[in-house]
Amino acid sequence: MLKALVIDPGKCTGCKQCELACSLRQEGVFNIAKSRIRVFDFHEEARFIPYTCTQCDEAWCQQACPVNAITTTDDGVKVVHDNLCVGCKVCTIACPFGTVNYNASTGKVIKCNLCDGDPACAEACPTEAIIYSDVEQAGYDRMKDWAQKTDAGAQATT
Amino acid sequence: MAWTKKILRVDLTKGTCTDEPLNMDWADKYLGQRGLASKYLVEEIDPKCDPLGPDNKIIYATGPLTGTCASTGGRYSVVTKGALTGAIACSNSGGFFGAEMKFAGYDMIIVEGVSKKPVYLTVFDDQAELHDASEIWGTSVWNTDDWVKTKHQDPMIRVATIGISGEQGVLYACVVNDKHRAAGRSGVGAVMGSKNLKAIGIRGTGGVMVEDPKTFMQVTTEKKAVLAENAVTGQGLPAYGTQVLMNVINEAGALPTRNAREVQFDGAHSISAEAMVEPSGKDGKPNLLTNAACFGCTIACGRISKINEEHYTVANKPEYWHASGGLEYEAAWALGAATGVDDLDALTYANFICNEQGIDPISFGATVGAAMELYGEGTITSKDTGGLALEFGSAEALTTATELTGKAEGFGKELGLGSARLTAKYGKPELAMTVKGQEFPAYDPRGVQGMGLTYATSNRGACHLRSYTVASEIMGIPEKTDPHVTDGKAGLVKAFQDATSAVDSSGLCVFTTFAWTLDDFSPQIDAACEGDWSVDKLAEVGERVWNLERQFNLAAGFTAEDDMLPQRLLKDAAKTGPAEGLTSGLDKMLPEYYEIRGWTKEGVPTNETVSRLAL
Repeated sequence: MLKALVIDPGKCTGCKQCELACSLRQEGVFNIAKSRIRVFDFHEEARFIPYTCTQCDEAWCQQACPVNAITTTDDGVKVVHDNLCVGCKVCTIACPFGTVNYNASTGKVIKCNLCDGDPACAEACPTEAIIYSDVEQAGYDRMKDWAQKTDAGAQATT
Repeated sequence: MAWTKKILRVDLTKGTCTDEPLNMDWADKYLGQRGLASKYLVEEIDPKCDPLGPDNKIIYATGPLTGTCASTGGRYSVVTKGALTGAIACSNSGGFFGAEMKFAGYDMIIVEGVSKKPVYLTVFDDQAELHDASEIWGTSVWNTDDWVKTKHQDPMIRVATIGISGEQGVLYACVVNDKHRAAGRSGVGAVMGSKNLKAIGIRGTGGVMVEDPKTFMQVTTEKKAVLAENAVTGQGLPAYGTQVLMNVINEAGALPTRNAREVQFDGAHSISAEAMVEPSGKDGKPNLLTNAACFGCTIACGRISKINEEHYTVANKPEYWHASGGLEYEAAWALGAATGVDDLDALTYANFICNEQGIDPISFGATVGAAMELYGEGTITSKDTGGLALEFGSAEALTTATELTGKAEGFGKELGLGSARLTAKYGKPELAMTVKGQEFPAYDPRGVQGMGLTYATSNRGACHLRSYTVASEIMGIPEKTDPHVTDGKAGLVKAFQDATSAVDSSGLCVFTTFAWTLDDFSPQIDAACEGDWSVDKLAEVGERVWNLERQFNLAAGFTAEDDMLPQRLLKDAAKTGPAEGLTSGLDKMLPEYYEIRGWTKEGVPTNETVSRLAL
């Protein structure tokens, strides 16, 4: 079973507990500037959006890396190896989502590695806006919600 | 650990920014934030100084738990001699500014002197710098916040700023951070403005560490569960915000209405939390769009609201059609019940303007209420108000008054004096619903007796957040007491005051105390900070802070005579509701309170008390 972070912005309150937990797990201190997950506050639209690496199958960060410092685990997670990373930042340019970032204090890039299968952000989220679950079931709850609203079910039309 | 152990001292007269170590002996006695900053202020300024003069200082202070993952760990306080009161002021704010100060490496920023020209301060990690503020002077909080981020090309800068009101000396001007979080009371924004300091922009990329991370994670997780399982912090506040109180307090007959002439407001439901979630406007969306959290808060009581686009206040102003910080209970009360206005959109608009220009909605709304009474009895006329028909219940009068006061224009300049000075100016000081010059908030002491003693003895002038006995007297937290009796209230007030002083010194939010007692705070602070932070030590810190503030006020010239409520609350009985026939029994509580505090009959801490608390 392939698991992923499933994010529901509608439940996010913008508290940043995910960023705090991420930074403590990854950096050993509370430092949201170094968090691999970010919560964006679209104040005037009343929306909070947590955002992080989606662990692309065809990961451009990985393909762009000139020294093969980004590898894929058995669970499909793209992991940066600090001993190989030369800090060239090409991956940060290649990533279309901006979720790979350069850490000036170490000279390496940082990205979400799903905390080796136990993501701190999901554990810390007080509202279940971030959960770690089976990717194939990620849409299940949303489908159920929509199914409940309709009598006939979704109809494809041509 | 937890503290960064570093202070930034900014001398505006000389234009210098200097780092200095935090006094850790004081940190051990005063913890942080309110307590520790008060200690610095008391040591550094003459208590008799002019709050708006060059000798006052203004301190922006975090607590040791600010910037950690403890729930609500994002608080900071602004400590100074208050412009509105002349008493020691400590205004607490959430949002994200406080945590950013810690990430930049500072426990507090002490600002002294006066700049010749308007300036703003940036703190980017350990680089602190003053800049010319001529491009933002004369502009709003909202404009300044955006401008600083754009100017320095970093959207992650956190900004605390004053609006036009603070520049112009509106005596209850706030310091607003993150656009709608405010160090709201006592005129700390006016002090900032008097120094020609427009704003502080902070960005930090460093970390905050705690003494024992493993224990800290364990206890903070446990305590978050306590908040989540509590009916108030887990359900009531996230769903309804503090506004959950509007109907409750009205039904208790403790909602000061129309300048406290009445204790119940017939329009309460229209301005309540329940009304905020009802569909309204042409799009059928409710006033409240979502709740929102401050940094690290797992309660998330913040309101994000939108004004109905067809409402008269914004119909021709699309710049106000976006979502922003909505009505909290105190603001809804002051802008609504205190003025008799029951138009939710008008109140939301007034609240937006309070945020945009940085004025305290409590003192502002209460001042409008007092002005409406002056107007109604003919003491002031439309000649005095520049044509403004200040009639109780007039939404138009309220929203126009808010616009004027936010910019200190026209009659807004007089409203900006606050109710005590305004009513005195027109020979009716008895119409000011104030203690030590500060307007009291949304609980009528005739219906909640403990709040009378709370207001009378609050060191920063009338305030509910110094000892929120409403929790006990109305909500039964931690145990139910009878709101209509004075017996036992002296001890209750002291216990709340001491515990709250400790909480306000920690970096955490006082709203957690609906679910947490010092027993819950102690293990979190103890795991974060070096030293032993037992419940007893925290209670002692709280009591020490309270007495320190009291000593400052006594040295500033306050006496026991200032521990006094407006005569209306003492003489005119509640006309309706469960408290009908009651006045405040302050005279029955105050002597006992002095005694329990270890103070003389004149309200002065005895030598024994001073030495017991190592003051």
